[in-house]
Amino acid sequence: MQGAGPAVCIGDDIDTDLVIAGRYLRTKDRSVWAEHVFEDLDPTLAGRLRGAVVVAGRNMGCGSSREQAVVALREAGVVGVVAPSFARIFFRNAVNVGLPVIEAAIPCTDGSRVAFDLDAGWVEVDGERYPARPLSEKMVAILRAGGLVPYWRSCR
Amino acid sequence: MSTLSERILGAPAGRYVDREVDVAFAHDGTGVLTREALREMGVESLPHPDRLRLIFDHIVPANTGTTATLQAELREYARVSGIALSDAGGGICHQVMSEGLVRPGMVVVGADSHTCTLGALGAFATGVGATDMAAIWASGATWFRVPETIAVNLAGRLDGAAEAKDLALAYVAELGMEGATYQALEFVGDGAAGISMSGRLTLCNMAVETGAKTGIFYPDEVTARHLGEYGLTASPLTPEDCCYERTLDLDLADVVPLVAVPHRVDTVREAEALAGTHLDQVFVGTCTNGRYEDLERFARIVRGKKVAVRTLVVPASRPVLARAIATGVLADIVEAGCMVAPPGCGPCLGAHAGVLGEGEVCLSTANRNFKNRMGVGGEIYLSSVATAAASALAGVIAVPEVV
Repeated sequence: MQGAGPAVCIGDDIDTDLVIAGRYLRTKDRSVWAEHVFEDLDPTLAGRLRGAVVVAGRNMGCGSSREQAVVALREAGVVGVVAPSFARIFFRNAVNVGLPVIEAAIPCTDGSRVAFDLDAGWVEVDGERYPARPLSEKMVAILRAGGLVPYWRSCR
Repeated sequence: MSTLSERILGAPAGRYVDREVDVAFAHDGTGVLTREALREMGVESLPHPDRLRLIFDHIVPANTGTTATLQAELREYARVSGIALSDAGGGICHQVMSEGLVRPGMVVVGADSHTCTLGALGAFATGVGATDMAAIWASGATWFRVPETIAVNLAGRLDGAAEAKDLALAYVAELGMEGATYQALEFVGDGAAGISMSGRLTLCNMAVETGAKTGIFYPDEVTARHLGEYGLTASPLTPEDCCYERTLDLDLADVVPLVAVPHRVDTVREAEALAGTHLDQVFVGTCTNGRYEDLERFARIVRGKKVAVRTLVVPASRPVLARAIATGVLADIVEAGCMVAPPGCGPCLGAHAGVLGEGEVCLSTANRNFKNRMGVGGEIYLSSVATAAASALAGVIAVPEVV
């Protein structure tokens, strides 16, 4: 499973409150979450995410179990999220909603061309290749199906 | 030999296992998304509704028409699917589950990150997302990666004004916000036996703040006594030459009142070093510190005095509230000038009630002080109940005296 796009760089320990604030959770309208994604981190980020690869620092997605955080990123058009480490619920949520997450340590400059291959286990930054930690077979299967809901439907 | 997580999940650390879950719950926030995912999955009936629970706690009572409508849909779903519902006012999901619904050895999943709280009862309890929860409700099972374990080895006894919350802040500071990612924390050692169930729930609650999958205590006499109040029993278990990833040694006698400063849970200072810090609000409650023992401790400090800053007290469940009424603890709190809100989570995540204004500062007994969590431009300090009580009386951060 592959993806590519320009990098949008964010820091270490980005918590799910910074991805989508609690005040926007009183709805099931996904477009609201996409509109306000990263608002408390940098209000200009939401407009730069379509087709982009988010490159985060350590412990990406720590905090709440709120799945709206990964849905917001997917709805905003994010192609994938690369980080040296993820908080575990965020990581699992991303797989479940079909948002590729890649554990890899890569340098980041906004706008760099980032490409990844989940099956082969690598990430490229402006043509330079870095190793990525492989996912379990089940996680890849869920991601390939587009998330846990389509995966479930295909298995029944 | 095996860690408690390995024993309950039935496989060595690092292995992926499929496991039936004994209890699975969601709240009003995550439940809405779980319901949506079930609809999209085309799931009509659930195999084990008796193992499932919906607990309204995040935005209760409903604050807008939108929230009310979402809760009404979920309430109706609980009725037709046969899922037990704890409606608005019943309490915070983790507290409600701790009141006789979780036993040692169970596999517990909740659609909330603080589900690790329930490890205090000797269960393997962990948080998942809403779509995960939908698949669990639809199948009765899920997959886990069996975690490696960090032993948090406790020696001695807490004394002076220090309480379990200070110990929780101490270990979070020691491990850091990702020091235990994907791992379990096992609270062991002679010092563990001396910690009350309320304190254990507080300690396990904050495990996720280190990235851990769960925090867990071995069932013992304290566990048996707690479960006995609900007509349940527990057999004691002890560690047996477990293979731990690492051990964190903490001497409880060294623990002093601590405060986490904005905006990181792992940035912790002695309360003394922050004494005099301006406050606009004190908030006592949440799944970390809204239990009866907490309210009783708070009341003992403020009894017969007046708070000097707006102070909000939220009992963690209806039984906690009822007991605080029956014992006079609630009257002491109200007479000291505090506001009391119905059981729930609202202020902790800035979703409902107790929200901070731009530039306002709150001392809270919650588990998170992330930027803007309680309102845009607000600042959150985290402390124990005793520190919160002393600070409410002083109007600024203050060090609690021994009570």
